Amino acid sequence: MQKIPSHTKARHFGMVIDVDKCTGCASCMVACYSENNVSFRDEESAKMLSLNWIMVYKLTNGESFPDTEVCYLPQPCMHCDGKEFGKPPCVSVCPAVATDFDWPTGIVSQIYTRCFGCRYCMAACPYHARQFNWWDPVWPADMEKYLSPNVSARTRGVVEKCSFCYHRFQLARQKAYHEGRPEEIGEDEYQTACTQACPSGAITFGDLDNPEHEVYKLKQDRYAFRLLERLNTNPSVYYISKRKWVHRMADNYLEGEVPAAFAENEA
Amino acid sequence: MKIDRRCFLSLAGGLVVGHLLSPVPWKMTDDIAIWSQNWPWTPVPEDGPVRWKETVCTLCPGGCGVRVRTIRDRVVKIEGKEDHPVNRGSLCPLGYSSIQYLYGPSRVTTPMKRTGERGSGEFEPIGWDAAITEVTRKLGELRQNGKSHKTAVIAGDDRGTVPYLFKRFLEAYGSPNFIRTPSGRDAHETAAYLAQGKSAQNVGFDLENAKYILSFGCGLLDGCGAPGYQFAAYSNFGEDHKLVQVEPRLSNTAARAEKWLPAKPGTEAALALSMASVIIDRGLHNRNFISNHAFGFEDFTDDNGNMHKGFRSLVSEYTPSKAAEITGIDARRIESVAVEFARSDKPVAICGYYESRNTADIDKTLAVHALNALVGNINQAGGMFVFPEPDYDLPEVQKDNAASAGTEKPRADLAGSDQYPQSRYLLNLLPKRILEARNNDLPVEALLVVDANPVYTLEESEKVQEAFEKIPFIVSFSSFMDETAKMADIILPDHHFLEGSRDVPAPAGVGMPVEGFSVPVVDPQYDTRNVGDTIIDIAQEMGGSIGSSFPWDDYGDFLEKALSDRYRDLTRNGYIVNRDRVSGISDAFETDSGSYEFYPTRRHTADNGDTDKLPAYREIEIPGSNTNNAVALVAYQSPRIASGAVANPPFMTKTIDSKTLKEDKLFIQINPETARNLNLKQGDEAVIETPAGKATVRIDLFEGIMPGLAAMPAGLGHTAYSRFIAGKGVNVNALLRALPDPAYGMNTAWGIRAQLTKA
Repeated sequence: MQKIPSHTKARHFGMVIDVDKCTGCASCMVACYSENNVSFRDEESAKMLSLNWIMVYKLTNGESFPDTEVCYLPQPCMHCDGKEFGKPPCVSVCPAVATDFDWPTGIVSQIYTRCFGCRYCMAACPYHARQFNWWDPVWPADMEKYLSPNVSARTRGVVEKCSFCYHRFQLARQKAYHEGRPEEIGEDEYQTACTQACPSGAITFGDLDNPEHEVYKLKQDRYAFRLLERLNTNPSVYYISKRKWVHRMADNYLEGEVPAAFAENEA
Repeated sequence: MKIDRRCFLSLAGGLVVGHLLSPVPWKMTDDIAIWSQNWPWTPVPEDGPVRWKETVCTLCPGGCGVRVRTIRDRVVKIEGKEDHPVNRGSLCPLGYSSIQYLYGPSRVTTPMKRTGERGSGEFEPIGWDAAITEVTRKLGELRQNGKSHKTAVIAGDDRGTVPYLFKRFLEAYGSPNFIRTPSGRDAHETAAYLAQGKSAQNVGFDLENAKYILSFGCGLLDGCGAPGYQFAAYSNFGEDHKLVQVEPRLSNTAARAEKWLPAKPGTEAALALSMASVIIDRGLHNRNFISNHAFGFEDFTDDNGNMHKGFRSLVSEYTPSKAAEITGIDARRIESVAVEFARSDKPVAICGYYESRNTADIDKTLAVHALNALVGNINQAGGMFVFPEPDYDLPEVQKDNAASAGTEKPRADLAGSDQYPQSRYLLNLLPKRILEARNNDLPVEALLVVDANPVYTLEESEKVQEAFEKIPFIVSFSSFMDETAKMADIILPDHHFLEGSRDVPAPAGVGMPVEGFSVPVVDPQYDTRNVGDTIIDIAQEMGGSIGSSFPWDDYGDFLEKALSDRYRDLTRNGYIVNRDRVSGISDAFETDSGSYEFYPTRRHTADNGDTDKLPAYREIEIPGSNTNNAVALVAYQSPRIASGAVANPPFMTKTIDSKTLKEDKLFIQINPETARNLNLKQGDEAVIETPAGKATVRIDLFEGIMPGLAAMPAGLGHTAYSRFIAGKGVNVNALLRALPDPAYGMNTAWGIRAQLTKA
């Protein structure tokens, strides 16, 4: 089966997040809520029930005062390629084809009208990137007015997750098409809301396979790593940190085992 | 046929199995799924032409430029404006959430009049005309009875045209009581007055160009000051930039700093002076600046022949080893940071503004300013700037006899009194003065509150609330039903910043004389009015000399005249940078000596002597008693929690992690060592009790906080706004108590002693 129509250019969108730069301010989270019509409730402290397309986690090295270090780790959907390209864990288990791997972009979609809420995908995702709508969303008073028409509001009973702001890609593609350059979408023309919102410049987004894009260089950084890399999910989100303890937290290492980026130094 | 039990069960079982084998249940599940997704109450946002508009955010004093995505008459998204000189595209979570304040249940949608008990939150809508008449009648009565000086204004800022209009109103009406809420600016303004002779001017730090930032407790990346400006500076950090953070807790700023110096709280002055001693000892100070623009660096004899100790002799007492004893920071680290700082290309030392509490430690601030002077970076790129606010060229205020008599009266908050002659605003002293006064002799009988929420933000909130209950007449101009608006008799709601025009003065702490201008991007959503228009209306309805002091059609007309030649550029670009307001080094100092005064000759001291004029480390005995299970409670700031006059919108509350807030219970951070001593574990419920109040909290063990301290985030525990905001956690201000500086009256308490016991 031909996965990419011959007239479509293949892209592979992904993200590189510099954990040593992230300040944990959560601007990315709020910009995402606003961009993607993510609903809220008056009780949001039960994080397993809270809807977040990107979560910023706080990590500490556990050393005692004053040798303590803190890092913040923003985590969107990893848009995994899967062990076999095009088969991320969540896509394989979906009985309704409600989540799919988009070959021309490498983005893992979520189609709310197809989803019937079995939550197999949530069980299959090792990153907790997916959340379930246990309640109907409510925008009190006239808050419905701030909803964006570019992203549909979800209902009770469906799973939702980060889409790498796919609607922004659609808008950029439309614009390019109208301007007579259907396949040329500049790096600046398509950026996710969180990337744009990050006030410290920790997030970089682009085509991982395009040598002209910043992410292409960054993903090859010596200190780049991915979360739970050894599960072979092949995430499209990379992280950079020069701190060994952060690398250690990104995967399950045995005692004495050294993360790849530091293996050389210790040998 | 007889239906026995066996037969019934077979039939029922057969039915179930039969159904399961048929497509009916699957078809039904599918149909239910489709039906549930077509519920008519799921909103389908209306599409339409997209327009991007630009304005300036005024939810905090940061003054960031924003671009606003609108679809028809709806605002759907806010983003940072790339070419705004303050934030250069950055924006904080509060800015991104500001659409949740434009729409939503927290807004005051129409003028309101109190119907229930004060503070009960029972109001009835009242028309604009009736509301304004009621206010003018009350103020008129007071004035007629010769008590115009008992009217006070509490404002979040004293710069910009809106505060100007309120000051002008009080002058024409006859009251000296314009009071700004306490902030980090108090200490900086005072230090600039003492060392540089500049009265009521902006003190800012050019973080954009600085290469070595030595921060004494500023939450640069924790949402204090002008967050957009600081984030923008941080995002441009290269290999040659360094940030050093002095703070007893590993804050977000400390976590991102190159070096973290966890000095004991309240000892920062000793640390700064010790660094000064290292710099002077090694001859790394800027000799040109010291010999040409400094006074009191060396010992000197005054005109009366009295010998005075100079700055050099003073700091020689603060050797690194002595400072190490006081601060807990290793002497070699003190030395190395001091040397790096002085040798850096563009060093800057900062304090205040960004701290989690609005404390004003004059000694520390003078010591930090002195560090900047030592390296000669006053009014230099990448250094510390002091510059005046733009003024307005407007006709004189007309004052009748009542106005002149009223403005001559002493201030209700004791600022400028014999006790505190050099302080400008002392709101922290007002609640106590009101509570101690007899009912027929209250210092304030009518109160107007604009851009401020003192009932929430002042220390000892309970006492503040009691004091407000005693004030006979309160008017709030808030857009939102905040704690202070809830206490008001009349609410005259202002527009949200996306609905109205307003000038935005230079953000606190920003090292550049920028002036912003916010313009409406949508029509007013409710029956609100620009506060500028409201105060002009009130003045005009009062008539006489008050009315004729306000000869403008409306606020728009006033803005055009007040901003005169700047108006066009401001409305067109959204900002201007008044570089010419920064004076060169040769005429930077307006002290008697015409120099930067390391020895601040004009400093007022409690005993009026001159022994204490030099900045020094003086131990601050914070309130509360030091018992067995005592911890020192400090407030901390988080970029995810808005702690100022405007509360946390639901989006920001959603970002708070479950080790900070869980089911409306707030966590306090303590070191595991402290926890062991107090027999507490992670997640335990505990009671924290201070002389000011008591609260139930939960325990979060955090290695990154100094043992003996307990840190509580500022900005939660609201009691007003909406159910999405109120009732979450504890208001740390309710547990704190101010400790007035003996000579300046401002709060100097960095924390409070508290008993922490397992619940």
